[in-house]
Amino acid sequence: MSEQPLIRARGLVKRFGDFTAVDGIDIDVAPGEAFGFLGPNGAGKSSTMRMIGCVSLPTAGELRILGMDPAREGAAIRGRLGVCPQLDNLDPDLNVRENLTTYARYFGISRPEARRRARELLEFVQLADRAGSKVEPLSGGMKRRLTIARAMVNDPDIVLLDEPTTGLDPQARHLLWERLFQLKRRGTTLVLTTHYMDEAEQLCDRLVVMDGGRIVAQGSPRSLIAAHSTPEVVELRFGDERPAGLAGKLAGIGERVDPLPDRVLVYAADGDAATAEVHRRGLTPSSVLVRRSTLEDVFLHLTGRTLVD
Amino acid sequence: MVTTMIAARVASDRLSPARIGAVMGRNVGALRSGPAYWLVLVSGFFEPLLYLLSIGVGVGALVGDLPVGGRTLPYATFVAPAMLAVSAMSGALSETTYNFFFKMKYMKTFDAILATPVRPFEIALGELGWAMVRGSVYTGAFVIVMIALGLATPLWALAAFPATMLVGLAFGSLGMAISTLMRGWQDFDLLASGQFALFLFSGTFSPVADYPLPVRVLVEATPLYQSVELVRGLAIGDPGWSLLAHAAYLVAMVAAGLLFAARRLERVLCV
Amino acid sequence: MAVLATRVTSRSTLAVLERALTLYRRLWRTSVLSSFVLPVMFLVSIGVGVGGHVGQVGGTDYLSWIVPGVLASTAFQMAVGECTYPVLGDFKWVRAYHAMRATPVEPGDMVCGWLLYILIRVEISVAVFLVITASFGTLHSPLALLTPLVCALVALAVAAPTMAFAASVDQDSYFALLFRFVLIPSTLFGGVFFPVDRLPALIRPLAWLSPLWHGAELNRAATLGTAPPWPVAAHAGYLLVFAGAGIAWAFHAFRKRLQD
Ligand SMILES: Nc1ncnc2c1ncn2[C@@H]1O[C@H](COP(=O)(O)OP(=O)(O)OP(=O)(O)O)[C@@H](O)[C@H]1O
Ligand SMILES: [Mg+2]
Repeated sequence: MSEQPLIRARGLVKRFGDFTAVDGIDIDVAPGEAFGFLGPNGAGKSSTMRMIGCVSLPTAGELRILGMDPAREGAAIRGRLGVCPQLDNLDPDLNVRENLTTYARYFGISRPEARRRARELLEFVQLADRAGSKVEPLSGGMKRRLTIARAMVNDPDIVLLDEPTTGLDPQARHLLWERLFQLKRRGTTLVLTTHYMDEAEQLCDRLVVMDGGRIVAQGSPRSLIAAHSTPEVVELRFGDERPAGLAGKLAGIGERVDPLPDRVLVYAADGDAATAEVHRRGLTPSSVLVRRSTLEDVFLHLTGRTLVD
Repeated sequence: MVTTMIAARVASDRLSPARIGAVMGRNVGALRSGPAYWLVLVSGFFEPLLYLLSIGVGVGALVGDLPVGGRTLPYATFVAPAMLAVSAMSGALSETTYNFFFKMKYMKTFDAILATPVRPFEIALGELGWAMVRGSVYTGAFVIVMIALGLATPLWALAAFPATMLVGLAFGSLGMAISTLMRGWQDFDLLASGQFALFLFSGTFSPVADYPLPVRVLVEATPLYQSVELVRGLAIGDPGWSLLAHAAYLVAMVAAGLLFAARRLERVLCV
Repeated sequence: MAVLATRVTSRSTLAVLERALTLYRRLWRTSVLSSFVLPVMFLVSIGVGVGGHVGQVGGTDYLSWIVPGVLASTAFQMAVGECTYPVLGDFKWVRAYHAMRATPVEPGDMVCGWLLYILIRVEISVAVFLVITASFGTLHSPLALLTPLVCALVALAVAAPTMAFAASVDQDSYFALLFRFVLIPSTLFGGVFFPVDRLPALIRPLAWLSPLWHGAELNRAATLGTAPPWPVAAHAGYLLVFAGAGIAWAFHAFRKRLQD
């Protein structure tokens, strides 16, 4: 990496009492990059994000953000970050516009400038027509967009987004993604966490897969798939009665066979050839799906668990 | 099919003591929820007591004796029955307004209860029953304090106790009726202010005879004045026919409050 | 001192104050009753009503005697009221402090910004109350103009530790205890309604501990033009120390609640 990383962590640890939430991770995030944390519940994504956001101090390890030390220069760093926390904490007693202007004042932005930015950002997240409305009646997606607008009110160098689209319907998600793409195009560095493979594939240049507080793999979505999965996956379903010794009968087909409770995954370079082999061995699955490999498969392979149930 | 529906209708139109008891029992269960709630509950008793000691005894020492209806009473003896009535009022109101509203609006307790055969009116009665239990514990303790401090003779103090239960019922019913009209927490500010105004001007700390006539008439129409007069008449051992009028006022309040609350509950909850 | 290791900058503090004022602009109507009307009702009921049956107290009429006390207790009650539910709410339900925490605003700024807001609220109430009581003819000395200053001290002295308390608990039922065991007893026995030297000797020192008593005596000295029981510097010094300790505790409590 030629440029100095905006975020650099070495052996980063976060403990709560005896419990280790983040267990020695190394990260480098370059300027302009969209960097993702992917992992199941409790993986330590939010804990890491909160350390990067300088609201929680590392228990051990080294962390530098924008070249500064969070322990000593937290306020200065936070002044250049935009944070969208996992749970919205908008001010319900203020209206939509005031949520932005009040927040802007925390960064020492002048009142007229705060009003100007609020207008611009509400335009950007398509909430301009709700400027005078209370926060409570907004839909989940609108609140999320407002939180993201709020995170950008100080024109931050890095925007931290903790599960920006969790709980939103597909339409709201796509609108948010589209806004985040625009941010990325403007050169803002994005750091986000997600449970969603498609989100990670869509938005992230590079990502790390976390599990149990550790990083279990990292790279671009493509390279992760190439390294930890096969080009194609065959999903076999067998209806209610599964043939006994199914795993044994499938053994040796493709590169790997992964029996899940509801289906069996067969990893293979050529899905059709693998399917033919399944039929040749006298098995009659009730459904067969041949598809390209996704991050989900990578994740499954790395952690032995499905990501979203 | 139709007959069973009608039968169910009829059955549900009869109030069930068991179901009312179940609603009350839920509150008793909540008591086990933690020491903080207990402390709050117990501490509710101290407020009127502190007023009695501060204004009745402390300021009372500056006042000396007070002429009341042809007799002179030590000031503390005059204030104590009023505080007893206030304690019955606030015990009943805190349970039927603040807590009731919270259960109705935020905990959705009643929605859950109504998913069972329990009917709104039974909820109202159950909650009122619980408010009475809580209020009676306060007033019972207060009566004992009055006797101990020599502010009432034991016999008259005991006679005043049932009167405080009537006061509690009246304010409990009123409280529930008000709760069903509340829009949000800001309305509780209003309610608390109203309660405080009653507390200050219902012949509690000085005789209403001091007030200018229009103010006096206004005050005499309010429920706390009626309660104070009833309780005081008994506690100082000066019963008269007028006490029956005060009691009738409170009984009417119970009936009106309960009917209104049940109506509104039906509308608010059974939509 | 580790406790004070939070920075306070005027810029961030003012931003916190600004949020509070923005909220107040929206909510002030609901507070009119409790800030202006209730204290006056109290005064009329006890001062005029009961006072009518009281002769002279400390060389003056009873109403004039309790006005300065009720003034101090207004500041006291407002400070406690505004530092309990609102502060806990901003931690627990609104999470406004968590939102601030993600910006350059430090816990010290949050505390100081809110304290400034309390002072503004208290001063407005005190001013209104003074005008009303002046019209009752109960202010007997030009020194009465110093009472807003005294009330500010009282407000600071109780607001700061109350904020600290609110930042340390996570159930609002504790506030009912605070009201019943601290706020109401202080108000009723803190030299507002009758002189503290009429309390049993054993309880008297408890009244001396309450910031309210010191504020009430200073106010009384100011409105009646008499000398307070202790030297003015002792009363004021006590309030200042109380406020200082309270602020340090509040800094600590806020930092503790917001870190993990
Ligand atoms: N303040 C805290 N005190 C104690 N334990 C905590 C605290 N915050 C997080 N944890 C624990 O640390 C672990 C990691 O939590 P974290 O919130 O970082 O996970 P996550 O990856 O963000 O999960 P999710 O997808 O559910 O948001 C969890 O087991 C959680 O219970
Ligand atoms: Mg998380």
